[in-house]
Formats: sequence, structure tokens, C-alpha cells
Amino acid sequence: MSRVTRFAARDPGPAARLAGFMDHLRSHGFRLGVAETETALRALDAVGAVQPDAVRRALKAVCSGCAEDAARFDDLFDSFWRNGGRVRQKVMPDRAGAPRHTRTSQTAEGKDSGSGGSPHAPEGGEGEAEAGGAGRLVASRVHNLMKTDLRKVVSAQDIHQAEAVARRLGEAIRDRRSRRRRAARKGAMIDLRRTLRASLATGGEPLRLARRTRPDRPVRIVALCDVSGSMAVYARPFLAFLAGLMRADGAADAYLFHTRLVRITEALRDDDPLRALNRITLLADGFGGGSRIGGALDDFARGQARRFVNGRTVVMILSDGYDSTTPEVIGGALARLKKRGCRVIWLNPLKGWTGYTPVAQAMAAALPHLDLFAAATTLADLAALDRELARI
Amino acid sequence: MTSGIDGAAGVPPRTSMSDWQTLRNDLARQGYVATADLAMALHIAVVLGRPILLEGAAGVGKTEVARALAQARDTQLIRLQCYEGLDAAQAIYEWNYQRQLLAIRASAEDGQTGRSVEQRIFSEEFLLERPLLRAIRQRVAPVLLIDEIDRADEEFEAYLLEVLSDFQITVPELGTIRAVTRPIVVLTANGTRDLSDALRRRCIYAHVDYPDRETELAILHARLPQIEDAFARQIVGFVQALRKEELEKTPGVAEMLDFAAALAGLGVNDLTDDPLRLQATLATLLKTQADRGQVPTEVAQRLAGKAA
Repeated sequence: MSRVTRFAARDPGPAARLAGFMDHLRSHGFRLGVAETETALRALDAVGAVQPDAVRRALKAVCSGCAEDAARFDDLFDSFWRNGGRVRQKVMPDRAGAPRHTRTSQTAEGKDSGSGGSPHAPEGGEGEAEAGGAGRLVASRVHNLMKTDLRKVVSAQDIHQAEAVARRLGEAIRDRRSRRRRAARKGAMIDLRRTLRASLATGGEPLRLARRTRPDRPVRIVALCDVSGSMAVYARPFLAFLAGLMRADGAADAYLFHTRLVRITEALRDDDPLRALNRITLLADGFGGGSRIGGALDDFARGQARRFVNGRTVVMILSDGYDSTTPEVIGGALARLKKRGCRVIWLNPLKGWTGYTPVAQAMAAALPHLDLFAAATTLADLAALDRELARI
Repeated sequence: MTSGIDGAAGVPPRTSMSDWQTLRNDLARQGYVATADLAMALHIAVVLGRPILLEGAAGVGKTEVARALAQARDTQLIRLQCYEGLDAAQAIYEWNYQRQLLAIRASAEDGQTGRSVEQRIFSEEFLLERPLLRAIRQRVAPVLLIDEIDRADEEFEAYLLEVLSDFQITVPELGTIRAVTRPIVVLTANGTRDLSDALRRRCIYAHVDYPDRETELAILHARLPQIEDAFARQIVGFVQALRKEELEKTPGVAEMLDFAAALAGLGVNDLTDDPLRLQATLATLLKTQADRGQVPTEVAQRLAGKAA
């Protein structure tokens, strides 16, 4: 039993240790409240808390909330309770530090970006040059702000704006098919429940007919954003858009891809928009690297799409179409995706250039599968899409 | 086995530590081979009176858990199959409108009006119980299976949360109906959409995965004991190898059992014996055109040869 963590003698007892464990899990991204600690204690009471394995399984059942949690749980359990016999000094979380779940980082991040370049600068972006000296940084910032292209650093205002844009797009894309019916003033079907209730007043004769109708259904947006090297300059506005989308629409889904595909929905739903961006910067390992659009789309079509994409989904691809895989792959992936009944929109920043023709092989292969192929370089461009989206 | 948790469910009864293994054995007796993690999660859910959320790919036996649990506890299984557009009228209760209309007409002819009629037609007699209401009105705590909760809309999920925390349902015309006993609630999901955090937090969670070779063998043995050991090993090995292939629909446990039953029905004793029959029985495992194309005779024979 030498592997078991030894606890400092001054800590208040098993309940406190469990609370400490819950905090340990929380700091690793588990979403647990106070109620879970109580449930965990009751669960331990129920199983007896004698055998390590039984305890591990009991806590796993209580604390994990999704497949990823469950997969990570064993390691986290070992690192807390079986820490090679080392002494854990402080079992209770430190309360002296700043409270973590407040929205303070907005100002803090702002300060950062003023002094040391962008905190979210991807490798290979303007960050390297900017880090050189303060004087250059200022010039570069001015330069950035003067551009009409959306190359600004993602700021809280950007995300705020993007949220409004995303909301507007969500309104534009609606699907009128729904199986559920709601009470309404006009409608094709009679609402028996309300009609009968009203008929009591008229001696059982249903004189006033209440109606039901199919409500409008918003569709779900799944956005896939290319963050490969060629897209680096546009990646940030698109990221702002994704962040806004996630915050405006609880059903939307977001992915990044460069040479592989990463789901960033969970990270972007973080309370604090800037911390969310920080988290995805960490997730998007390889940001600004090569692009493998076809492969990433194929992974998506075979993997996540089977769970998240159905006939009521709009898949939005934000990419320039410069791909290193063969064009057949991209065509196949999009065909597979289309088979799920979704609509596919491709927003290409290059399309805004005068004289642009989709000659990149990948783009040419993708075109036949697209419901809409449009230009988007700025948030305003994205906002202007709502009329087109309403049509598809 | 704990001696039944009833509606009051105040303090959980103190139980000895191997109780979850007893539950595991009980399930095994019903032909369900549960992993240790799953058995523990079920045990905790039963003892603490919490709903349990089972997540996993289609065909790993999530629904089967509820059935086996109901049989092991010798109680009723009430099932609510969720689908998009499921609403309160389908899940909780509905008035029997046709009968109500008839009753109003009949009583009008008898000269009854107003209040007495209203009281009559909004009574239990005219109430159609749907699964949720039925589950909380059972004398013996049933197992309530809410299948594929991720197919239902978010609004329904929110309502379900309320029912699962209070175990009471309010019918405006009748008043609040409180749970007589507290059902054991089993929710299943296979990831059609993300479930809300609130629901996840309320539930005890267990992830159900495709069984490993030994577990699957045990399942096959429990369900189809007539298949002899060597052949059973071959079948399981074949299906496990098939799951590693790139398929659109990975065959689940139920498919494996169908496959084994089909082979036994055709009198096959060895997978490598008769390529034609193997190819024909693959219909029980591969459910799309593309998947059939992925596994031609040569591939099937190669997999079967390795599995032997």
C-alpha cells in the first residue's frame, strides 16, 4: 500500500479529503458542484469505502458526466489518492487566491495585449515580430487597426459583435419542418385539449376551435474553421465568429482543423470569452501549420458528423481551399457529409478578391457538393450573408 | 440485494461492501454480463435513489441493462422511447377526449350541466396514463427506462429534470400527483446531441463500451448456451475483428447474437468451412450497402481464419 498518498496530519478528516479530491477534479475540468460532494460521500457510505477499487468505481460513477470524463477519471484518481506515498500538504483548496470563476480576465488580458503583444498569438503569426520591442508593437497595432480586413486581434468587443452576427445568422436559417405542434391562433390542426376545455362553457358544443400549428425550428449550425498557415490572417476573425456563435446559440457546434480535427465546442462555451479563446489556442496544437482539409473533413464525416449532423444541420466550412491532400478525398468527404441530409456552406475569404476563380483543385472538387459558396473576410461580410442563408 | 428503496428514501440503508457484486451476479443470472464499473454505478444509483445515465454506441446493450435490472428485482419495466417532438401528452398524461365528449353529450341528455359534468370528465376515469405518470403511481417501485433521451428536445429534457427531482406531476384539473414509490430511473443516450450539464449532474453516470473478448464470450454463452465453446470463441473473435474494420455501422452485441443464432440455425460449425453461408449470414452483422462492399468473401475469410 506504499503507493497510497499520505495526508498531512492537520487536515480535518475523510470528508475534507474528499472535498479536496472534488476540487482536484474540478481543476481538471470536471463540472462538479457542492451537491456532487454530498452524493459522493453518500455513495462511499453505501459501498463501505474499504476496497480501493470499489471506491474508485463508486466515485467514477458519481463524478464523471461524459465519456471523456470517465476515460480520464482513473488517472486523476491515482494522482490524488495514490501519489506514490508522497505527502499531500494541503488537502483543502487555498481560499486566499483570487476567485477563479469571476469574469476578471477581460481586463487582465487587455493589459497583456497592450504590453506584450497578443496573448493568443499563434506561432508563426505576427506575434514573433511584435515580441521584438515595444516601439514596433505600437506601430504594428496601428497598422492592424487601419486595415479594413478583419485582422485585428480578437477582443471582447469582437466577440460581442460576432455574437450579434451569429444570432442574426441563426435567425436567418430556419427550418419549417417540425413534428411537434404548439397551440397557436392559426394552424392546420385542432387543439383538442383547449377546444374541449372551451366547449364546457357552451354546454359541450365545441363552438370555438383552438388550433395548433407546427412551430418554426431553428437549425443547428456546425462550423468548421481552417486554421492552417494560409488561413492564419483570417483565422482570428473567424475564431471570434465561432466564439460568438457558441455563446449565441446553445445548439451550435464548432471545430478547428489544420492537419487534424479538434472539437472546440466545450472550450468555447467557457464563461469568459477570452479565456475560451485561450483554451482553444492550447487545444489547437499545430495552429498555423499545414492544411489537410480533405482529411479533416473526412474524419469529421466519419466521426462526429454521425452524432451531430442530421437533416436539420447547416455545416459551415470556413477555409480558403488550399489543401495538401488529393481533391478526391475532399469530394468524397463532402459527398458523405451530404448524405446525412445537411446543407453545406463554404465561406472562402479569397472569393472576395476581384478576379478570383476557384481553381485550387480542392475547391473545384468541393463545389458540386455545396449549397452556398460565398466570400467572407470580415464580420460585416458574415452578417450580410443572412439573406443568402435564408434562401438555401 | 438491498431490500427495496421506497418513496420516502430518506437515509439509504447501510449495506455491506460486496452488494454491488451481488447485483452483478443477479444481472448475470438474467443473462446480462455487466462490467464492474457498470455494476457499481447501477448499485449506487439504486441505493441513493438517483437516475443512472448510460451512454455508449448503439448496440452495446444499454437498453438491455434496464430489462435485466427489472427482472433481477422482479419488478415492472416501464419504457418511454424518446423521439424528436415527444411532448407532454405522449410522455406524461393525456385526457381521453373522445370519451369526454361522449360523456358531456350523455350527461346533457340526462339534464346534468355545469359543475358536476366538469368534475366527472376531469377525473381519473378519463385520464390516460403515459409512462412517466404510470411509473410514479406503481405500488412496487418499477424500473423506468427513458430510452435515447438525446433524441428528445431540450424542452422535454428540462421537464424531465423536474420530474426526476421531485417525483411529482401536476395535472391542473386533478392536482398534484405524488410518487407512491420512487422508480429506478435508467436513461440511455448514444450521443445524437450533447445532453445538458444539469441532467448529467443529476445522474449517476456509466459509459458502456463494446464488450471485450471474454465478456462477449460470456454474453454469448449466457444467451445461446447450445453453441459449443470453440465455435463461440471463433464467432466472438470474428465479430471483434470486424469491429476493427472501417465500417459505417459497427455491429453491436445484439447483432453478434443474431449472427451466432443464424449460424447455429444453418448448422454451421466452423466459420472457415463454408464461405457462401458465412457471406449470407453476414447480413445479420452488416447493415448498409457500403459495409457489405467493404467485407467481400476474401476479407471475411481472412477475418474468420484469424479468429479461429
